[in-house]
Amino acid sequence: MPTSPRTTTDEFIKGLWRENPVFVQVLGMCPVLAVSNTAINALAMGLATAFVLIMSNIVVSSLRSFIPKEVRIATYILVIATFVTVVDYVIQAISLDLYKALGAFISLIVVNCLILGRAEAFASKNTVVRSTMDGLGMGIGFAFALFCLGAVREILGAGSIFGIQLFHDSFQDWVVMVLPSGGFFTLAGWLLLFNWLKQRKAKKEQMTALPLAEEPAQ
Amino acid sequence: MNQEPLWSIFVNASLVNNFVLAYFLGICPFLGVSSKLDTATRMGGAVTFVMLVSSICAFGIQLLLTAIDAPYLKLISFIAVIASTVQLVEMFIKKFSPALFRALGIFLPLITTNCAILGLALFQTNKGYGFLQCIVYALGAGVGFTLALVLIAGLREKLELAEVPDVTKGTAMALMLAGLLSVAFMGFGGLGG
Repeated sequence: MPTSPRTTTDEFIKGLWRENPVFVQVLGMCPVLAVSNTAINALAMGLATAFVLIMSNIVVSSLRSFIPKEVRIATYILVIATFVTVVDYVIQAISLDLYKALGAFISLIVVNCLILGRAEAFASKNTVVRSTMDGLGMGIGFAFALFCLGAVREILGAGSIFGIQLFHDSFQDWVVMVLPSGGFFTLAGWLLLFNWLKQRKAKKEQMTALPLAEEPAQ
Repeated sequence: MNQEPLWSIFVNASLVNNFVLAYFLGICPFLGVSSKLDTATRMGGAVTFVMLVSSICAFGIQLLLTAIDAPYLKLISFIAVIASTVQLVEMFIKKFSPALFRALGIFLPLITTNCAILGLALFQTNKGYGFLQCIVYALGAGVGFTLALVLIAGLREKLELAEVPDVTKGTAMALMLAGLLSVAFMGFGGLGG
């Protein structure tokens, strides 16, 4: 809705919480589950994705009047693939350990539906500034969600966070948490929490909408 | 050149390292179209088919890129070729087998952004598989994907009738099911040797 009085700040805020790409829109699940076994991996992946998202949003929105409608998806994918190649080489240069831990999932940022989704749904219709803010918000929201998952999985699965031991030696690691199935369970847990919050909010709104009908039961 | 025997590649790709349940590739269609058994089977068929075609293409590209010494073009050319192959395949099927096109129809374009396809292409080059190994790997991955999709669709169809708490409806429930399936698939560990 280009006519709505939404400010650029709104575009930024919405990605963080209200339209959080992972918890609310459930987009870009593959990397979310695959590399969130430790907090540091998750954060690195989140930041890499955020960078690609912001850059592709900027490029797509500045080229939006030149890209023919028929080949737009192919163009977006090529733009995204270019930035992913850059990120791939940059991570390899910064930390080889991290590069090995993330493996093919850095390359797989290309097919992250979140990035293509934002390019198609937002950047192709909005100005560069708004698209940048949108990319920034969505990217940080994505990184935040990945960090939430990674932190939970590392704390429970290895008893540490960022490699720092948290518990006494007698703590029994929940091995299942660092295994693939742990990713599914943790994400399901977060989704349950979000669903519950949403329901509680809806109930509250219902109560305030009908204030005179009866005493709100506490 | 990788010397892994073909049967071991197949078992590894389809069961032990199942693309959906162990590598988390192709989660989007996995959650999106897994609510009906019928669509799940068709989607699985379409993905297996595209995997085969794109695996062969990726093998060719890798040869070409090694020959001209341009590894940095790998990702861009893979995704471009996969996208156009999907488009070509779609047109081809539409022309020669309208029945099949109607069966797969809407799923074909979606498959372009399925990470399982690109993942397959990347993994096979990383592992240095030969031509025959690539084909078996693609087949195994496709079978594994279909298996996971069909299993979860069957479970979700049954759950339609069950009474679950409101908060667990939808994606959360699908994810928990996937987690349980993933635990079950861990039982295959060590099969492929």
